[in-house]
Amino acid sequence: MTAAVGMQRDFRRLGLFTGKRLLALFLTILVGVYLTILIANMGGRVDDLRMVQIQGEVSEMVRGDPAFQDMSSEERNALIQRQVDLEVERLRLDQPFILRSFDYLYRAMLLDLGRAEQMHSDTGSRQVYNIIVERLPATLLLFGTANLLVFFFSVYIALSLSRRYGSAMDRSVIALAPSSAAPAWFYGIFLILLFAFVVPILPSGGMVQAPPPENPLHYGLDVLRHMLLPVLAMFLSQIFISIYSWRTFFLIHSSEDYVEMARAKGLPDKLIERRYILRPTLSPIVTSFLLMLIGLWSGAIILEQVFNWPGLGTLLFQAIGHRDTPVIIGSVVIFAYLLALTVFLLDILYAILDPRIRLGGD
Amino acid sequence: MGRLSSALAELRNYPSAIIGLGIIAFLVGLAVYTVVVIPYDDALDKWRGGDQWRLYPVNASPVWSDRLLGGQAPETKVVSSRDAEIEREAFEGGERLSIPLRVDFQAGDFPSEMTVFFDADGHEREPFARLVWRTPDGREMPLGGSRISRQDRMSISQDRALEQRLGLVPHIGLLATPDSEPGDARVQTGEYELTLDVIVFEENADFEAELVLYGRVHGLAGTDHQRRDLMVALMWGTPVALAFGLLAAVGTTITTLIIAATGVWFGGWVDATIQRLTEVNMILPLLPILVMVGTLYSTSIWLMLGVVVALGIFSAGIKMYRAMLLPIRQAPYIEAARAYGAGNTRIILRYMIPRILPVLIPTFVTLIPTFVFLEASLAVLGLGDPVLPTWGKVLNDAQSESALYSQYYYWVLSPAFLLMLTGLGFAMLGFALDRIFNPRLRTL
Repeated sequence: MTAAVGMQRDFRRLGLFTGKRLLALFLTILVGVYLTILIANMGGRVDDLRMVQIQGEVSEMVRGDPAFQDMSSEERNALIQRQVDLEVERLRLDQPFILRSFDYLYRAMLLDLGRAEQMHSDTGSRQVYNIIVERLPATLLLFGTANLLVFFFSVYIALSLSRRYGSAMDRSVIALAPSSAAPAWFYGIFLILLFAFVVPILPSGGMVQAPPPENPLHYGLDVLRHMLLPVLAMFLSQIFISIYSWRTFFLIHSSEDYVEMARAKGLPDKLIERRYILRPTLSPIVTSFLLMLIGLWSGAIILEQVFNWPGLGTLLFQAIGHRDTPVIIGSVVIFAYLLALTVFLLDILYAILDPRIRLGGD
Repeated sequence: MGRLSSALAELRNYPSAIIGLGIIAFLVGLAVYTVVVIPYDDALDKWRGGDQWRLYPVNASPVWSDRLLGGQAPETKVVSSRDAEIEREAFEGGERLSIPLRVDFQAGDFPSEMTVFFDADGHEREPFARLVWRTPDGREMPLGGSRISRQDRMSISQDRALEQRLGLVPHIGLLATPDSEPGDARVQTGEYELTLDVIVFEENADFEAELVLYGRVHGLAGTDHQRRDLMVALMWGTPVALAFGLLAAVGTTITTLIIAATGVWFGGWVDATIQRLTEVNMILPLLPILVMVGTLYSTSIWLMLGVVVALGIFSAGIKMYRAMLLPIRQAPYIEAARAYGAGNTRIILRYMIPRILPVLIPTFVTLIPTFVFLEASLAVLGLGDPVLPTWGKVLNDAQSESALYSQYYYWVLSPAFLLMLTGLGFAMLGFALDRIFNPRLRTL
């Protein structure tokens, strides 16, 4: 009976907790996305630039069109003005920005990302959603592979190092940890130099050779070949620091009293590792795994630029160059939602994994 | 402060900290030296490029890299008519000058370019010059003649007619052995002479000429596509990188710390607001915002610094500091401070923040290279400061000129090396400090 009551109380608390967190996260996304919309407009500067651009493009188009050659200049100017007005109306630049910003916000929150103003996907679609989805696999493939490799390698190596703490291997990892001060693109430059120019065995950039191979197997192999250098760059820049921090983390936890106790009891190493070190540290491990997963999504503008990789980072860079507000906002909105979703998942996972959070109450 | 100084003394036990400190000391020394030797305005002026670099070769690699690989590539040789024995022969209405420009060429490779610069000031009627090239084995090759305007140059390398005649690019053909074929030309070493037969139509007017055999190697750092000596950028990149990294790290750490302490001290809605703002800030992507500011406003490094600090105020660090500060809030010494009537500001600034400062020093030190690389990243994206020479801008130039494809490896390697050195120096010191100041790591 008491067990059932306890369970019920647990669930009630969990529910209340979930509700509160959801509300807070929703507000966070709302404010974050609205700020992005404001920033993407840069205090009206983007609108001015776009007005100039429209004016220029329309007059060039009208002047260059032989059909309008024999018009008088007045007629032509009227035509230009009409076209400019149409374009302004299409982009809704005639409305005050504040109004538009709330409209952007409303639609962004509903994940209706709208149409891009200048850019289009390779298949010709103007929908922001399509443009983003088209680039997503490239980013996920590259960053997913690299980060998963780094994560599993570092946790595994760190565990074995924490067992052999103080060994030559351990000390060399500590000594190498500062090498992670340089970002991945930096190692990328060196790798390109080495493997694409000094010893030309790998491509220096891109995702697939041109023209792409017909055979799906060859296509896959070719993508793999192009992935090798960027993945290696990311791996090199992150592996030592992650091993170092996981190793320190495991060392701190393996000096807890209950671990000493387990050792004193003579339990086998494997069991101690699984039950006494990994189980209590599961929540931080899960956290960093999930945070890594969102890190994936945003990609890295510069690494993608250096390797000419057609992913989201490159997309965002191009969108900023084209001053294509819907695409910029769209990328950030999706990022914000994924971040919030991850944070929410983490909260729930914590509550499940760690009874102190759930039962601590207020 | 006793704890701080004893901790610093402990640094001596960590070799990596000593190396790190050494690197930082070297960089700071280099920065100070640079600022003293090449003043700010001077550096900007030099980096703008232009005619001041006309005597420098295009894309020459550093001397040491060539010598290390066993090369004997030539350095730039300049022979001026001021040092030559000029034969003068006056005639009615003018003067005939014979200027022998002698150059002793001993290098193992051909020059990269050949040009003669003239400086004929104050002539009413333009003088006329005829050039003859004489090789060590006595062959004579006329290089044609032309009228010389006030500041003139004669690019021998681009003389198509001469190239046709020699069958080789002029700056190779003129210095090659007689039996040289295209693709297999060998240098003939020895003393060459360029004789200028000049007819000047005025007496007492200046006439100066300079023969420049552009080298294939230059100095410690080499030159770029605009003939600029990369040493200027490599040296000036140091103070810029250090200043940017330090200011950004100080700016973000201090503001974040004060805000975290304020939130913890007042608690309630202040704390809640700060927490929510931090979460909002986590959603805002830093780099895209910087790119936007860069493309729309200005790419000035100081504006970028401002944006970085402004966006760093509510960074994720607040959460960490808050966790550290929460137990301090209840500490008896704070109670004591309240009892004597200390105000809120006093408690936050004098009692709470100093308490966690030592723990922050390692984070602070490791933050510096992050910002140094951020600046470089922006420059690589083409958003570097428009006027200041920085390491990132050198990398960007190299990338846009396809330096790797053209095998100008020095162009990429030297700024990258300096960036790496900075990153390593601060990171090594930071890691050692972390082990000293972090009580839980201490016992390990």
